[in-house]
Amino acid sequence: MSTRKFGAPIKRNIDPKLLTGNGAFTDDINLPGVLHAAFVRSPFARARINGIDTSLAEQADGVVAVYTCDNIGHLDIELPLLIPHPSMTAARTQRPLARGDVYYVGQTVAMVVAVDRYVAEDAANLVDVDYHPLDVELDLEKAIEDGTPLVHPTHPNNIAADFTQVCGNPEAAFAEAEHVTRIRVQVDRSTAAAMECRTVAARYDSVRGELTVWDGTQAPLGVRGGLASIFGLDEDKVRVIAPDVGGGFGQKVMFPYPDELLVPHAAIQLGRPVKYIEDRRENFIGSNQERTQIHEIELFAKKNGEVIALRDSFLHDTGAFIPYGIAVAQVASTSIAGPYQIPNIHVRFRAVYTPTVPVTPYRGCGRPQACFAIERAMDQLAEELGIDRFEIRRRNLIRDEQFPYTREGLLFADGLRVKLDSGQYTKALEMAREAIGWDNFAASQEAARKEGKAIGLGLAYYVEGTGLGPYEGGHIKIHPITGKVYVNTGLTSQGQGHDTVFAQIVSDQLGVAVEDVIVVEGDTGTFEWGVATFASRAAVVSGNAIHKTAIKVREQTIKAAANMLEADPADIELEDGHAVVAGTDRKVSLAAIATATNPLRYAFNSAAQAATQFAPASRHDGPPLIDGQHPGLEATDYFSPECATWAYGVHAAIVEIDRDTCDVEVKKYICIHDCGNMINPVIVDGQVMGGFAQGIGGALYERIEYDTEGNPTNANFVDFLIPYATEVPAIEISHLETPSPLNPLGVKGVGEAGCIAVGATLASGIEDALRPFGGKKFHQTPITPSMIFGAISNG
Amino acid sequence: MKPPLFDYLVARSSEEAVKLLSEYPGAMILAGGQSLIPAMNFRLAAPAALIDINRISDLRRIDIVDGNVRVGAAVRHRDLEQNDAAFAANPLLRAALYHVAHVPIRNRGTTVGSLCHADAAAEMPMVLLLTGGWVTAEGPSGQRDIPAEEFFEFHMTTSREADEMIVSATFPGLPTGAGHAFAEFARRKGDYAIAAVGAIVERGADGVISSARIAACGISSRPVRLSEVEAALVDTKLSDDDIHRAGELAKQSVTAPDDAHATTAYRQHLLASLTRRVVRQAAGIMKES
Repeated sequence: MSTRKFGAPIKRNIDPKLLTGNGAFTDDINLPGVLHAAFVRSPFARARINGIDTSLAEQADGVVAVYTCDNIGHLDIELPLLIPHPSMTAARTQRPLARGDVYYVGQTVAMVVAVDRYVAEDAANLVDVDYHPLDVELDLEKAIEDGTPLVHPTHPNNIAADFTQVCGNPEAAFAEAEHVTRIRVQVDRSTAAAMECRTVAARYDSVRGELTVWDGTQAPLGVRGGLASIFGLDEDKVRVIAPDVGGGFGQKVMFPYPDELLVPHAAIQLGRPVKYIEDRRENFIGSNQERTQIHEIELFAKKNGEVIALRDSFLHDTGAFIPYGIAVAQVASTSIAGPYQIPNIHVRFRAVYTPTVPVTPYRGCGRPQACFAIERAMDQLAEELGIDRFEIRRRNLIRDEQFPYTREGLLFADGLRVKLDSGQYTKALEMAREAIGWDNFAASQEAARKEGKAIGLGLAYYVEGTGLGPYEGGHIKIHPITGKVYVNTGLTSQGQGHDTVFAQIVSDQLGVAVEDVIVVEGDTGTFEWGVATFASRAAVVSGNAIHKTAIKVREQTIKAAANMLEADPADIELEDGHAVVAGTDRKVSLAAIATATNPLRYAFNSAAQAATQFAPASRHDGPPLIDGQHPGLEATDYFSPECATWAYGVHAAIVEIDRDTCDVEVKKYICIHDCGNMINPVIVDGQVMGGFAQGIGGALYERIEYDTEGNPTNANFVDFLIPYATEVPAIEISHLETPSPLNPLGVKGVGEAGCIAVGATLASGIEDALRPFGGKKFHQTPITPSMIFGAISNG
Repeated sequence: MKPPLFDYLVARSSEEAVKLLSEYPGAMILAGGQSLIPAMNFRLAAPAALIDINRISDLRRIDIVDGNVRVGAAVRHRDLEQNDAAFAANPLLRAALYHVAHVPIRNRGTTVGSLCHADAAAEMPMVLLLTGGWVTAEGPSGQRDIPAEEFFEFHMTTSREADEMIVSATFPGLPTGAGHAFAEFARRKGDYAIAAVGAIVERGADGVISSARIAACGISSRPVRLSEVEAALVDTKLSDDDIHRAGELAKQSVTAPDDAHATTAYRQHLLASLTRRVVRQAAGIMKES
């Protein structure tokens, strides 16, 4: 047998292409005669539009068309509410081009199509919009007060949704508590800031009635459904291709953004291809963001530190619209008890409209906020009860024998019960304790303090519900000429390495080299069933669908090979691209098997002669293809998980604060991580590190700033501080592999893990470091030098 | 983020560049373009024409003249940073340039361009001020030298006349035996400084400070000399109390309001800390003769 590829640290197939600049992104796709779009965007957070004069823009040289809400016909609608939920009434979504009112700075008001982007931008500046500015309130807590300016007059107190979930019997448990800890925590708004901004290009073939759209999206099938539905086309007449995409992080799972409809619309109307490449400023003010939540969390405990109940009430900033429903808040609310038993939970959230860029998932999707709330509260409880921070967690962790651990009453973002399926939570904590050197830390901290140094240890535990349904599919075909294995699935990649891990899965079943497995995804023309890339689900859902499909193709291959080699199927092994009779040198290549299983009239090469009608093996006593049989080696199958599978991990850090500069130096950072069976440890580590880098951003640097009138004030890479490589410390990662019982491969997702616990870990460490220098709490991220100065100067 | 239309002109000599400046009202000089081009893409700047001076070889020279470092208008930051003669004459140049953005930006951006851009948080304007340097402006009627004190008027505003081009900047060499130091803090490596401080300190044989020059950027609407700190340090032996007092005095120079990256109180604290740091360092590191 060949060496198993599942679990092997294989380098990513896509790296040579991407790292040498040979990727093909939307803007690299050459469309002869293409026109370029630019948008007129609202400069006001809330305003009424009295009129729009496009005449100067229309007359400008090189301008082909100018669109406003008045000339886009059937597109002048409120865009779909993607995820309805009973907690929302009359949920508000955006119109492709504003009609009547604008609700945030950056909202699209008009679109100019011109011969190039320069001319389009010049002409966009000539569109004269008469705005009447309206009052706004940007503060999330003030936004829900009576008498506050409303984003939507339809929604009193700016409440978009008000939802409570209950697990166990919290009221009774509250009364039994011997100690109650209560804190308020806040996580601020950030943005995905993918290296490639959003992109869309469209071409309409009026002869065939076919619309082709290249879209830097995480959800080509979703975009196709949306386009077909809104344009009234058959889905077969719409092909959406996500080419190479430079990062998504959730921002690109949202659809349709206005441009995703308006660009195809213009291509159809004008009879020429149209392209829109979002620029960085537009990405800051026009593409969705996430994070701001304010939690008031209470832990009800026994004196021994056992937490018997949790009550959390939080405000969730949903921006000006709520197209993705309550998904982010729901993930936060159902992740709030983290890895702890806490049998009684009362969690309420209010999603609040603010006159800002709409909020939809960004890597983490509510989990960093929930982790920050529960972990900061656990530290606080430990301090109040005088219990060691590791110990209080150990006492509350779900024990190994308690899995699967169901939180009855809490429905996750997939509409299914929260069921933590497997884990070794206590072991992970012990590993973290050892890796960070907790047992010796107190002495070294004491010594450092004597020298005036502020050194602290931070700790946070996290869980990550991953691999949500409803389903994905896999299609596999062995190519009859080359023997290469083609694999399709319905989701798409933004650089994660799907092609490598899916190839590893297939390689194990079919005995072919990983390089001979060609994964093609992100094109609705090649596979049209499935959902999208989000919620750390590709390996879990598509991976298992492809695994199931590969088993089917394996069975077909062995059966056909046994027939060709006149052997018992039980003796057939697949290795090195061949079917081999075990223990003999008799073998036949997969290409030959794929050829032979396709009855032919014409022999187009020598191998094909064996499949023609007068070949020795051909039947002369019945149809060449038996009823129920299909030609070739090919199968399709699907995987639909019963519920999310829960990955988890522990982060710990040692930090030193320079009290002169108020800078945070991370001296050591460790991560213990368990995402079930790892398909490829290189890719797992890459995911954890990438998430960690974004976690560092959220913990110490990134905050979308608005002034009191709702103008974004740092919508560029000079002022919005994404950490550079110089700001991201080294991280030491150790793995546990506790298989998930919920899928054949035993895998869990890993896409978001790295970012979840970084804010809580560093806040814990900074607080610990500065305890003798003021003793302030760190209950908000990002933690800035000014905040640290405030803590040490007023203490 | 595409610039509006502009004319692009190539000057083959500084005389031609100056002539083009007069012929094209609203034109701007293009050197490294590391600030100007992004500003044009954001449409914050919309010059009618760009006059490219990158092909004027005379402007690419770094000369040591009378012990001073004269830097032509097209000299890249990185070339100045790596120039050993410039380092020997004034080691502060290399120390400060290390903090100017990142290597790829320093490979293209020019030191004189940074001086003309005159960002209040930029390092090189502060170093020109600290070292008592000057720029040389060339206009239709000839050349004139403008001392740093008179050149930097406000954030992104200089005393250059519209028809003048800055052809070089001169950073005086450090006196033999002078101590020097440069310290900066930014949120991220390579960002504009929240505060940066440079110091040049001379000490007599008895250990008494005979002269001190201290300057800072990032704290005001332009680079500033911390003259009260300087005065307080002279004639002291740099006791811990003297150094502490220097930091406290430095705080008065902070006029920048609260912004997204720093509150005024924090910036004062930071400036005080960095001032103490550079004074200590400068007193310990003396330029070799």
